[in-house]
Amino acid sequence: MNAVLKISDLHKSFKSGFIPRKKEILRGISLDVGEGEIFGYLGPNGAGKTTTLKCILGLIFPDKGNIEIFGLPHLSLEAKEQIGYLPENPYFYDYLTASEFLHFCCQLTLIAKKERKKKIEALLRLVGLESSTHLQLRKFSRGMLQRIGLAQALIHEPSLVFLDEPLGGLDPLGRKEIRDIIVRLKEEGKTVFLCSHILQDIEMICDRVAIIVNGEISSQGKLKDLIAEEILFTEIVLSGVDDQKLRRLGDAVFAHGEKILLKVYQEEKIDQVLRLVQSEKGTIHSLIPRTETLEDLFVDMVKKG
Amino acid sequence: MKIRVIASNTFKEAIRDRILYLLLFFAAVCIAFSRLLALLTVGDRVKIIKDVGLGSLSLFGALMAILMGTGLVYKEIDKKTVYTILSKPIHRYQFLLGKYLGLILTLFIMLLLMSFIFLALVFFHSFTIEWKLLIAVVYIFIEICLITAVALLFSCFSTPILSSIFSLSFYLIGHTSWGLENSINKMNSGIGKILIQILYTFLPDLENFNFKTEVVHNLPIPSEIFLYSFIYGTFYSVFLLALAMLVFRKKDFT
Repeated sequence: MNAVLKISDLHKSFKSGFIPRKKEILRGISLDVGEGEIFGYLGPNGAGKTTTLKCILGLIFPDKGNIEIFGLPHLSLEAKEQIGYLPENPYFYDYLTASEFLHFCCQLTLIAKKERKKKIEALLRLVGLESSTHLQLRKFSRGMLQRIGLAQALIHEPSLVFLDEPLGGLDPLGRKEIRDIIVRLKEEGKTVFLCSHILQDIEMICDRVAIIVNGEISSQGKLKDLIAEEILFTEIVLSGVDDQKLRRLGDAVFAHGEKILLKVYQEEKIDQVLRLVQSEKGTIHSLIPRTETLEDLFVDMVKKG
Repeated sequence: MKIRVIASNTFKEAIRDRILYLLLFFAAVCIAFSRLLALLTVGDRVKIIKDVGLGSLSLFGALMAILMGTGLVYKEIDKKTVYTILSKPIHRYQFLLGKYLGLILTLFIMLLLMSFIFLALVFFHSFTIEWKLLIAVVYIFIEICLITAVALLFSCFSTPILSSIFSLSFYLIGHTSWGLENSINKMNSGIGKILIQILYTFLPDLENFNFKTEVVHNLPIPSEIFLYSFIYGTFYSVFLLALAMLVFRKKDFT
């Protein structure tokens, strides 16, 4: 794997309180992000996700450890030229219009004047803000700010994009659109470092993940290596069967109306359930085998941590 | 290039800020008020207009510098806009210098507008354009540059309210510290004199930029005083800016 981001033994602590007490936020984070992958960075609130991101971007200085971006020191301008960043709950200069703000970003990233207009139009179209080009950012909703934030992160066509909770504040349609953009970035050969709480999205689009708990990486690797593929249990939704008889075969949980949700843990008991339904002239509405999900892994890691 | 981009954006921010226009309005009222004072005064009315007018320029210029300068960096940190900017390929010193120069440009234009009102008022009384008054205005501008640098320095590590109090104290001390110079001349040598001398060296002396009395009363000013005041203002501002950059360079944006 050709690593575009290499973090080794990252430590960071903050002092707080009237009598300053040191609180360790990051305790030796080490991770590599490979070229062209979507890397998911997960963790509960306060685990140190944003602190890690801020260290990478040079917004805070680590106590110890090393960060390299494309083999360059992370604070060098050459490294920064290759990265884009969308902060969590983004807030930008609200007195500027969407177009003025992107112009400002173009100037900071030294994009030639003649290219700017075309680039800005294309990006506003990409994030679905073409009708708000001349609207001041103070009139933007949270979802719109998220979109303009993504546009400014991509304006200079960076090779590595850091997205901190990019799907927060978006409606389901907006989430799908942003997810599609992230996947398109990967198809264009760009690397995406994604911090998110929305595990389904991470599971859907990430190639590799790292889970941070209490400032330490508790699990890291390819999704298929981390999540066990064997069937954990089978969920059967059925009706027209006496639930007392079902309880002997699995955990019966009442669902809506007549329907019963049954969790069956042993494979051989599935046949018994089917035979019971047949004999009682009941109905099977669905039968879904459940493998381990990222959520299961995440909850497990957090509990252990 | 990047400093210019930050500066022009800071200028745009200030121009779209309503507080600035409120201050400008009050400054214009104060300059016009000198006309009323002149009517109530026995003696040379034009001198009163010049005196009060220049005083208003100096006071409102300093107030604008303090009120806007103290929020300059703090607002960026508080609203987290600094995250987006500093993640782009830009050095921290470029950001800070851009913010400073943007505000200086704003204050320069405001001072220019106020000076125009002031010169017009003087013209309606004396029927001559008194260009000499602009000497005092130029040094008011140098003083404003220095006060902005102070406000920017405090803005790097303190809240706007505290920074305003500190900067205002700096302004007041700066305009009264000349009294220490008089004390030094009158004191006998000893430890007290040395202590006051040390204190005087480190405290700002903003009276170095006060040429109001000289230009209003047409008193001669030796050219080396001009040069000394200019160098003093420039070096003091550069020193404060360097200090601000040092503080900002290692700041954690938590």
